[in-house]
Amino acid sequence: MRDHSRAGAVNWLYAAPAMLFMGVVSLLPIGYTFGLAGEYHRLAVDTRFWPVMRTTLSLTAVTVALELALGLAVALVLWSPFPGRGLARAAVLIPWALPTAVMAMAWRWIFNADSGVMGDLLFRLGLVASPQVPWLADATSAFWAIVLADVWKTTPFMAVLLMSGLAAIPDELYEAAAIDGAGPVRRFFVVTLPLLKSTIVVAVIFRAIQTFGLFDLVFVLTGGGPGGRTQTIAVYAYDVVFRYQELAYGCALVVAMALCLVLMTGVMLGAARGGKAR
Amino acid sequence: MRPTVRGQALFALAVAAVAAWSLAPFLWQAITSLKPAAEVAAVPVRYWPSTLDFSSYAQVFEARPFATYIWNSVVVGLGTTALTTVLGVCAAYAFSRLGLPGGRAALIGILGLSLFPGTVLIVPLKMLAAKAGLLNTRSGLVIAYTALNLPFAIWVLKAFFDRLPKDVEEAAWLDGLSRWQTLWKIVLPLSAPAVATTAILVFIFSWNEFLIAQTLVSRDAARTVPVGIAMLSGVTVYEVPWGQIAAAVVVTTLPVVAIVLAFQRRIVEGLTAGAVKG
Repeated sequence: MRDHSRAGAVNWLYAAPAMLFMGVVSLLPIGYTFGLAGEYHRLAVDTRFWPVMRTTLSLTAVTVALELALGLAVALVLWSPFPGRGLARAAVLIPWALPTAVMAMAWRWIFNADSGVMGDLLFRLGLVASPQVPWLADATSAFWAIVLADVWKTTPFMAVLLMSGLAAIPDELYEAAAIDGAGPVRRFFVVTLPLLKSTIVVAVIFRAIQTFGLFDLVFVLTGGGPGGRTQTIAVYAYDVVFRYQELAYGCALVVAMALCLVLMTGVMLGAARGGKAR
Repeated sequence: MRPTVRGQALFALAVAAVAAWSLAPFLWQAITSLKPAAEVAAVPVRYWPSTLDFSSYAQVFEARPFATYIWNSVVVGLGTTALTTVLGVCAAYAFSRLGLPGGRAALIGILGLSLFPGTVLIVPLKMLAAKAGLLNTRSGLVIAYTALNLPFAIWVLKAFFDRLPKDVEEAAWLDGLSRWQTLWKIVLPLSAPAVATTAILVFIFSWNEFLIAQTLVSRDAARTVPVGIAMLSGVTVYEVPWGQIAAAVVVTTLPVVAIVLAFQRRIVEGLTAGAVKG
């Protein structure tokens, strides 16, 4: 028998084509972005930079928190077997699978100022004074429109991850807790939540990274408006490079964004570790 | 614990609410797309068309190069799926079985790379594509998407290969098959479910991608559906053709809805393997 598994370096040939693709399309451009970036001093005096960062961070915090709460609820509902569970799970997955940019147009129509269904529904419920609400022309309501659309889109992903975590919890623990007289609510806090923690950490970090870099939803739904007040850092950097043609500073913004991402991930990992030590 | 009738009714209600919330934006587009032109933007909002009218569908295909966009999306999606799957299988097999020196570090590097949002590489990527003559081509998109989907594909496939029993391969080697033959004749047929899962997810990602398509393509000849829809607008800003947009949204999202209904279980498995293993 030829020794197949110990051949070593020559086996890299199997991975070489894939590595070449990723090297040229991902790694090289990321490095190149650092090379193109310049005019870093402008970050300190740019009056747009901090408002954009604040929008991006609030969007990340609010969206991920809502997603986690909703995702957990959805996961608990769809986890245990019941007739029609497959169909219900498919229905819930649909927002995740639909193209973000395309559904952003659907949300623009829902939030349309003149004949949008959101205004009409809330008017019928007596929550707004008129069915015509210019949702996307006001910075606050435009921000919440983005939150709603993003939560709608990404809750399924969160739910799927949490369901995989739920599946890993042994039934005996629930039974033991039930014998000890714990009701469903107490069982949730004593058994489910602690054992779900590592899954939650992974899911939250993953989603926070994605929301921090959010581009297509904002770009299509609000265009960063009104007046740039819903711009995320990704949309702002894109505008600086491709609309204002300021290559060096645009890339500096991208570098700042990448560093913030790394920092944010580090802080979250640290917080998760610290929580474990306690 | 015996489920009470009231408990079951509450549960059914929760499932129905979750499903309705997931489907509502899509259903509203479907309803809008079937309204006669005069009712699309009617005030107050009409919740059901007086007659089912398909003229929005006819218009979006007649008045705009929408069929071209769909064709481009199909070509790019299938091309990306085929290329990613082939390269991903080879690389994942090497990482899983062939004892690559430095393989573990490379895998973590790949994962880290894939976490960065597209904005980080988009500027240099456009320059590279321009240099290579790949701007405004479908091949340019296929190459970029393949590279960006490979990390996910490699992680999912590697997770699957890791679980395959080794003795089948060892028996094949004893029979004198080379590593390459073992991969294609023995391992691949056994891995059909994982390969299918990967292919489905890669196709969905590629069908939905917006940022790169928007940046690398500025002509109708190679434009894909998400960008085409985000750009659908009337002669003036006040004349957004919402009926046509709704029709376009339905046509674009219906294949994805069908894929999700057909492959719900595989998608859930793929998402979990891809995200949690990392």
